[in-house]
Amino acid sequence: MSAHHQQSIHATPVRAADHLQEEGFVTLTLGGMLCGVPVLAVREVVTDSKIVRVPLAPDAIAGNINLRGRIVTAIDTRCRLGLEPAPQTAERVALVAEMDGALYALLIDQVLEVLSLRTDQIEETPSNLSATWQTYSKGVYRLSERLMVVLDIERLLALPS
Amino acid sequence: MDDLLAEFLTECSESLAELDLAVVRLERTPDDRTTLSLIFRLVHTIKGTCGFLGLPRLEKVAHASETVLDKLRTGSLTVSADGIGLILAALDRIRLIVDTINRIEAEPEGNDADLIAQLNALAEGRMPEAAMVAAPKAAAPGPATSPAGIPMPETTLALERSPTIAPPPGAPPPGAAAVAAAPDHAPENAVARGQTIRVSVEVLETLMTLVSELVLTRNQFLQQLRSSGSAELTGPVQRLSHLTTELQEGVMKTRMQPIGNVWNMLPRQVRDLAHDLGKRVDLVMFGADTELDRQVLELIKDPLTHMIRNSADHGLEGPDERIRAGKPATGTITLSARHEGGHVVIEIEDDGRGIDVRKIAEKAVSRGLVTPAQIEAMSDTDIRAFIFQPGFSTAAAITSVSGRGVGMDVVRTNIEQIGGLIELHSVLGQGSRFLIKIPLTLAIVSALIVGAAGERFAIPQSSVIEVVSPEANAATRIETIDGASVLRLREHLLPLIRLGALLKLPEKCYHDDGQPIRKTDTVAVIGVGNAKLGLIVDGVFDTEEIVVKPVANVLRNIPLFGGNTILEDGAVIMILDPTGIARHAGLDGARKDEARATQDEDPSQTGRIDMLLVRAGIGAPKALPLSLISRLETFAAERLERTGDRIVAQYRGDLMPIVALDGTIDLADRLSQTGAKAAYPVLVFENGGKPVGLLVDEILDVVNTEARIELGTDSEGKLGVAVIADKATDIVDVAFWLTRASGNWFKNAVEKSHRPRLLLVDDSSFFRQLVAPSLAAAGYDVTVADSAEKALALRDAGRSFEAIVSDIEMPGMDGFCFAREIRGGGRWADLPLVALTGSNVVQEARSAGFTDTIRKFERDTLLLSLEQCLSHRIAA
Repeated sequence: MSAHHQQSIHATPVRAADHLQEEGFVTLTLGGMLCGVPVLAVREVVTDSKIVRVPLAPDAIAGNINLRGRIVTAIDTRCRLGLEPAPQTAERVALVAEMDGALYALLIDQVLEVLSLRTDQIEETPSNLSATWQTYSKGVYRLSERLMVVLDIERLLALPS
Repeated sequence: MDDLLAEFLTECSESLAELDLAVVRLERTPDDRTTLSLIFRLVHTIKGTCGFLGLPRLEKVAHASETVLDKLRTGSLTVSADGIGLILAALDRIRLIVDTINRIEAEPEGNDADLIAQLNALAEGRMPEAAMVAAPKAAAPGPATSPAGIPMPETTLALERSPTIAPPPGAPPPGAAAVAAAPDHAPENAVARGQTIRVSVEVLETLMTLVSELVLTRNQFLQQLRSSGSAELTGPVQRLSHLTTELQEGVMKTRMQPIGNVWNMLPRQVRDLAHDLGKRVDLVMFGADTELDRQVLELIKDPLTHMIRNSADHGLEGPDERIRAGKPATGTITLSARHEGGHVVIEIEDDGRGIDVRKIAEKAVSRGLVTPAQIEAMSDTDIRAFIFQPGFSTAAAITSVSGRGVGMDVVRTNIEQIGGLIELHSVLGQGSRFLIKIPLTLAIVSALIVGAAGERFAIPQSSVIEVVSPEANAATRIETIDGASVLRLREHLLPLIRLGALLKLPEKCYHDDGQPIRKTDTVAVIGVGNAKLGLIVDGVFDTEEIVVKPVANVLRNIPLFGGNTILEDGAVIMILDPTGIARHAGLDGARKDEARATQDEDPSQTGRIDMLLVRAGIGAPKALPLSLISRLETFAAERLERTGDRIVAQYRGDLMPIVALDGTIDLADRLSQTGAKAAYPVLVFENGGKPVGLLVDEILDVVNTEARIELGTDSEGKLGVAVIADKATDIVDVAFWLTRASGNWFKNAVEKSHRPRLLLVDDSSFFRQLVAPSLAAAGYDVTVADSAEKALALRDAGRSFEAIVSDIEMPGMDGFCFAREIRGGGRWADLPLVALTGSNVVQEARSAGFTDTIRKFERDTLLLSLEQCLSHRIAA
């Protein structure tokens, strides 16, 4: 996580010849961990939105966000993954994703860049990861510097209603 | 689905709706050439297109129908009732096929040889016997079995939305409504048709969202402009602002649809219904072009259909009866709609037999909804309102048309759910009129914005009755020590809920920006049905028109919210659902009835009871069941008078005896006090109009606590000690104090010449002591037994009673065995037997032989039930 990457997305053009084997990922950090979600699942990235909490809502729901006139439910991804709550002062970034016609905002710590990775290089989630991470992880990529966990957005959003 | 096919199906559905109207009209005016031409043209179009799309079955039916219609149109054939029936049957067949194509994109299996043969026979001028079979009676199974056709009787009141006639979303052209509104000017709709286009609802919704966003941005812009005050921008910005408002109104308008779209199906239904019932009914409609929001339209469709059917079925008499009453043989149902302020008023009027107030009153009494004495005091309007009670049907005989277990109560619920109201006016022998008033749109409501724990919430203005600022020493004040409990408001006790606590919000003293939060407890009085409750909020901000947006799926199970919205300043806030709040707080009037019926009662609530905590004299706080108390009052010392050795006060035109709730209170001393502080809370108990007061020093709280006495006691005036709100509390023996206040209280209160003998069986001394006095106060001669075995011993000893009230959960022989034992034979075998239970065992209790099942400590329900049981016995 180098400093010059913060709050910006560098889209790496996907080469046409490889596009069948490659998938774009938005990389992000959560509690110091490097994660990635498929770029096609992310509609947009929101940075400075005010989150209004919803009383009586489950812990995993951080609140509501006004996204240009649409009310979007913000999911506390740290809570979903069993991580410590983010410090009050921390700026939260939200990835907006759509499921079943409704918009959700996944709160994350930082958004880094967009990587294009070969789909055949994904590896199974290591079995010694916690059950929570097993549930929400689709696998890991070995990047040159570190590991990137691919998050399963559908499962993260599938809150019991 | 193929675009072409989808387009065709939508058009077909619209044509069919139009056709239904036209055919019914044709039946009335058989020689109306305009109508005939319209019908011919519509069927012709269907035929032409389906040939093109390769739908042979549909084409054949349409073709045979077209042949008949062509002959009718050119006058070479005349219209007969059977002929109309056959044409309707053909239309139903077409609808059936169209619906199937809609679902599976193919024509259904089967053939229409019989129908086509009959149509051909009719075209050739023969009217074969078989045609009678296909006439209206036979026509019914068509649409009834078709899943997406006109909602037939079975589905008319289904609350879930039935598939609409036109499945691809889009507003049918107003032409269809024009037919309904002005039957004599049918050709006009040809013009209207050319001026409408079909737009998908999705596009409209997106526009709506965008406009809301635009309005928001405009508001922010205006706000910034105001603070920066740059003059050269003022003009253009103002124009922009006006345009935005106009745009918003315009987009809102696109959601509006003429009510005639819903009315379209009614003439056909009324026609079929009249046919089935052997009645003659004219349906007259005014104001079909009155527009309202499509969402509202969807929601009133079913209630409206039900009411029209009701009018035709119950309201209107048969032709013979009408003629005998000096009315025309044909009954008229008038349906009208008009705008009135921000509402749409719909009236349904019939010139039928009207509603017999006497019959309703009798029924209400026999159902135990009210006592004969209460009925006496009720106005006719109030009595008529009973038809909106669940399960209250006025039809003496349940017909196949109505009386399917859903009724006017469902209609009322549906209408009230969308913030509307329904009224009934009726003159016996002359007819009835229902008036429905509903908001134009659900999308925008007026809401009161309130604050709680530093956050804002919206309460729909329609359920806010008033906003009260309680003051410490005024007539309206909150009676509480820790956590609010009740508010005295004009002689009434209003249950209070603190919004922040209800929503489990942490108390907050500062806003996010560090500003201290100004808190002044304010009570928003909200009404839910007949129940009222007060929400304590930190402050009331403003009334705003808000756009209601549904909450996300994951939040839908929080029952306290009805939606969310974005305020003008861009903040997202939750909209409170008053019904949900009332239900949550157990203050919903309907809950009492439900509690007796529902099976999934919260088990943690069983055996719990609301206790009023008071301070009286020295010693521990005292508690007594809230349900025994009629009212809480405050009496200034000078209002308390001494007569002989007793204290009385004038109260509601009566002299009310008052005693202090504790021997250590020196009443004489209290009487001598003067000044502002010398006012005392008095708990008023009432029976048969005779009040008795218990004076206390202070009302502390109302707590919902377990009904249990930890420590028995011998000292008079209390039943024992229980731990309530973490404090040892004396449980007051209400009966003792009431007897002390008015020695002949129990006897006086009862003006009955006869005191029915009652046996109360309950192992818990707590309940025995609570129930027995209230039964005695209500005029029963109560004998208690602390076990089923002891009760049976009384039977064997030859004691006789007129009714038995028994607990279910008892050590030793339980209530079920007890009931079976009694029913098994002996002198008590036929006695009314009422079960008192904390859990829900209605079925089991009934099969064991109990006459009725009452939840523990629903005093009024128990009294009502006993009264009913006993009156049945007398009647029998």
